[in-house]
Amino acid sequence: MSKRIEAIGLNIYYGSFLAVENVNMDIKPRSITALIGPSGCGKSTFLRTLNRIHEIIPGARVDGKVLLDGDDLYGPGVDPVLVRRQVGMVFQRPNPFPTMSIKENVLAGVKLNNKRISRSDADDLVESSLRGANLWNEVKDRLDAPGAGLSGGQQQRLCIARTIAVKPDVVLMDEPCSALDPISTLAIEDLMQELKKEYTIVIVTHNMQQASRVSDMTGFFNIAGTGKPGHLIEYADTAKIFSNPDKAETEDYISGRFG
Amino acid sequence: MTAAAGNIPKPKRRLGDLVFSRVSVFAGILILVVLAAVAVFLTAYSLPAFFADPKTLSSSQPTSFWAYVAPLAFGTVWAAFLALLISLPFSILVALFVTQYAPRRLATIFGYIIDILAAVPSVVFGLWGIVVLAPSIVPVYTWISDALGWIPLFSGPVAADGRTILTAAIVLAIMILPIMTAMCREVFDQTPRLHIEAALALGATRWEMVKTAVLPFGRPGIIAAAMLVLSPAQVISFALFHSENPNTIAANIALNYPESSGIQVNALMASGLILFVITILVNMLARWIVRRRAAFSGAN
Ligand SMILES: Nc1ncnc2c1ncn2[C@@H]1O[C@H](COP(=O)(O)OP(=O)(O)OP(=O)(O)O)[C@@H](O)[C@H]1O
Ligand SMILES: [Mg+2]
Repeated sequence: MSKRIEAIGLNIYYGSFLAVENVNMDIKPRSITALIGPSGCGKSTFLRTLNRIHEIIPGARVDGKVLLDGDDLYGPGVDPVLVRRQVGMVFQRPNPFPTMSIKENVLAGVKLNNKRISRSDADDLVESSLRGANLWNEVKDRLDAPGAGLSGGQQQRLCIARTIAVKPDVVLMDEPCSALDPISTLAIEDLMQELKKEYTIVIVTHNMQQASRVSDMTGFFNIAGTGKPGHLIEYADTAKIFSNPDKAETEDYISGRFG
Repeated sequence: MTAAAGNIPKPKRRLGDLVFSRVSVFAGILILVVLAAVAVFLTAYSLPAFFADPKTLSSSQPTSFWAYVAPLAFGTVWAAFLALLISLPFSILVALFVTQYAPRRLATIFGYIIDILAAVPSVVFGLWGIVVLAPSIVPVYTWISDALGWIPLFSGPVAADGRTILTAAIVLAIMILPIMTAMCREVFDQTPRLHIEAALALGATRWEMVKTAVLPFGRPGIIAAAMLVLSPAQVISFALFHSENPNTIAANIALNYPESSGIQVNALMASGLILFVITILVNMLARWIVRRRAAFSGAN
C-alpha cells in the first residue's frame, strides 16, 4: 500500500514562470512529511505535482522526475488519471460534492471508471472509510443526507473518507485544517496518526505547532523575493528542524524572525 | 434615548440601504401588478368565449370551447417539448466541448462565436427555418411516410408546405439553440474549481469529472435557462409561422387576430389565457424540479 516518493531535480512552471526550482526530496512510506514555508513559496504547487493535478491548469508543466516506488509519474505513457487513483488529495477547503449524499460522496471515487460494486460491499466500504476518517459515529444515522449539510470539520473528514475509500498509496493534504476549529483540527491530527500506519502522508501547513506535533519529517520552502522561484531550503527530521536546523534561514522562519 | 440603552448606538439609516430597499420593493410590486393586470385583462376578455355558442368561436365551427383550444394547447406544449428535446442535447454538448474539452484559444474563439449568434434575434433563425428549412424538409417527410407508412404514426398525407408541428419544433429548436448554448456555457463555466479538482483528484477521467462535478452543478441553471429561453421564443416564432392551419396558440392568435371580430376576439383572448396558465404551470414545474433537491444543490 504505502509507497515511497522521490522528487528528483523537479522544476515546476506556470507557463513561462518558474514557480519552484530544483526540488530533491525523498519521502518515506508510512510517515508524515510536513511542508512549511512563507506564503507563495510554492508548497501547494509542489504538492500538486505529486498527483499530477498541477497540469490541469492551462500552461502548467513540470520537468524533472517524481518517482513513486521507483516508477516515474511523469514518464512517457503514464496516465495521470491512474496516478491520481494512487495518490489521493485533501484540499484546503472541504469540498464534498454538493449534489451527493454522505454515502454517495464516500463512494464517488470508487464508482469511477465504471467499476461495479455490490450493495453489501459498498455498505461495508462506506462504513470502513467513515470509521477510518473518525466520522462514522456522527453520520451513521444519516448516510443519505446531503454531504454539504455537515459542519466544516465533518465535511473535511468526509473528504478524507472519500479519499481513503479508493485505497490510494499516498495521501496529500494541502492545509487541511486551516478552515477548522481547534477541536476538529485535533480530530484530524489524530486521524493522520492512524492513517500513517497505512499511507504515506504529505501535508502542507502554516501551523508550526501542527507540523512539529504530527510530522516525522519536515521540509522548509522559501522564496528569495516575489517573481523568484521557490526552493526547498532544508529537509530533515522534524525534531531537528525545530531544534537545531542547519540553515540560518530555517532557524529564522521557525523562530518567527522571518520577513 | 433612555439611559439604559445609552450605550447601544441607534441603528443608522443609510441612504444607500434605504434607496435600495425601496427600489427593490417597488420593482417586486410592479411585477406583481403587471402580472395581475395581464391576468385580469385576459380573464375579462375571455369570459364571453366560455359562455358563447362554440360554433361562433372560429371559422372552423368547433363543438365546444375546449374542442377549439385543446389541440392548440397541446400543439404549443408538444412543439416546445420537441424543440427542447432537439436543442438541449446539442446545446449541452457544444457547451461542454467549449468549456471542458476545447483547447483554451479555440474555446475563447468558440465562446465569441456563440455569444454573437446568441445576440442575433431569434426571429432571424425563425425566418430562416420557415423560408429555407420548411420547404426543403418536405422530401424527408415524404420519404418517411413512404418508407414507414405502415406504422400508423407515420401514415397519412404529407403537409405540402412542410409546416407541421415537427417543422415548428425544429425551427423553434434552431431559434433557441444559440442562446441555450450560450447560457449552458455560462452555467458550466461557473462550476467551482474546487469540485472539478475534487473529482480529478479522485482519479476521474475528464468525462467522469463532467458527470460528477459539472453536470450536477449545472442542472438547475440549465432548467432555468430552458424555461427562460422558451417562453419568448415561443411567442415570436409562432407569430411568424403563417400557415393555413395554425397548430399552436401563439400562431393562431397572430394569424387570426387581424381578421377577427366580436366573439372570435374573445375566443383568441381565452386561448391566450390558457397559454398564460400553461406558462405558469410549466414554470412552477421547473421550480419544483429545481427545489426538490435544494439541499443537494450546494447553495449553502
Ligand atoms: N494558477 C496559477 N497560475 C500562475 N501562477 C500561480 C498559480 N498558482 C500559484 N501560482 C504562483 O506560484 C507561486 C507559488 O504558489 P503556491 O500557491 O504554490 O504557494 P504556497 O506556498 O502554497 O502559498 P500559500 O502558503 O499562501 O498557500 C506563487 O508565486 C504563485 O503566485
Ligand atoms: Mg498553498
